[in-house]
Amino acid sequence: MRWIWIDRFVAFEPGRRAAAIKNVSLAEEHLHDHWEAFPIMPASLMIEGMAQTAGILVGQARDFKEKVILAKIARAQFDRDVVPGDQITYQADIANISESAAATTGTVLVNGEPIGRVDLMFSHIDQNLTGTEFPEENFVFTGQFERLLAPFLEGGDA
Amino acid sequence: MAMSEQEVLEKVSGALVEALDLDEEDVTREAKLSADLGAESIDFLDITFRLEQAFNIKIPQGDLVPEGVLNDPQYVQNGKLTDKGLAELEVRMPHADLTEFKQDPDVGKIMDLFTVDTIVKFVQGKLAGEGGAS
Repeated sequence: MRWIWIDRFVAFEPGRRAAAIKNVSLAEEHLHDHWEAFPIMPASLMIEGMAQTAGILVGQARDFKEKVILAKIARAQFDRDVVPGDQITYQADIANISESAAATTGTVLVNGEPIGRVDLMFSHIDQNLTGTEFPEENFVFTGQFERLLAPFLEGGDA
Repeated sequence: MAMSEQEVLEKVSGALVEALDLDEEDVTREAKLSADLGAESIDFLDITFRLEQAFNIKIPQGDLVPEGVLNDPQYVQNGKLTDKGLAELEVRMPHADLTEFKQDPDVGKIMDLFTVDTIVKFVQGKLAGEGGAS
């Protein structure tokens, strides 16, 4: 199972905002236990979906020079349950970005209707933890994330 | 028009309540951001961002929380700030009250310097420096 909680970017304005969708499917294993009689998308995984959307937005804004990691969930609020068959959209905006950190605000929509807010803070750990050893590969921005972003960065008007 | 101290305090309080998920009554002038209000290092960055937005000022990294002091052997010896270190701190943090800290300048206690009052004075200094812009 791959730890990717967004299916496709639908909007990407470098340095400003991005939107990505995630389709909720009954075939997903975590839904079999959450909950067997009433499958709903866990809020924690929706926060992760927003974190991946916003994290890629932030990382790309600094040319992926640093490892961007989620450091703080400033706000996470959901107004209704999300169920199989729903399509989630994570819209993220960069509120502030500096050498060492970034703050994003975000709206979660389901089938086009706003149902939640997730505001996050990221830390640019190469700037904050100089000298600490980390694994060679940039574990946050793996190949599959690059492929998601490719249509928006190769001069296409996607 | 220059902002009154009360206005500054209100906006600082607002930023702290948002960043640290507090009740307004928790934010007293003497409250220490870390020890009393639970602020961690990422929260200091969050607070800085919110202050920039609330007051329309720029707060470069190292302005609010000075960098390069704690790992300089000129300034810190055996876990305590040297006289040179204290002098440097006074220059870099005119907004902080160092009286109590000087009694026992233990590096572990340095975060106690950041009280609500410290933040208010810091913002006032910024506003004055930028020609009292509102």
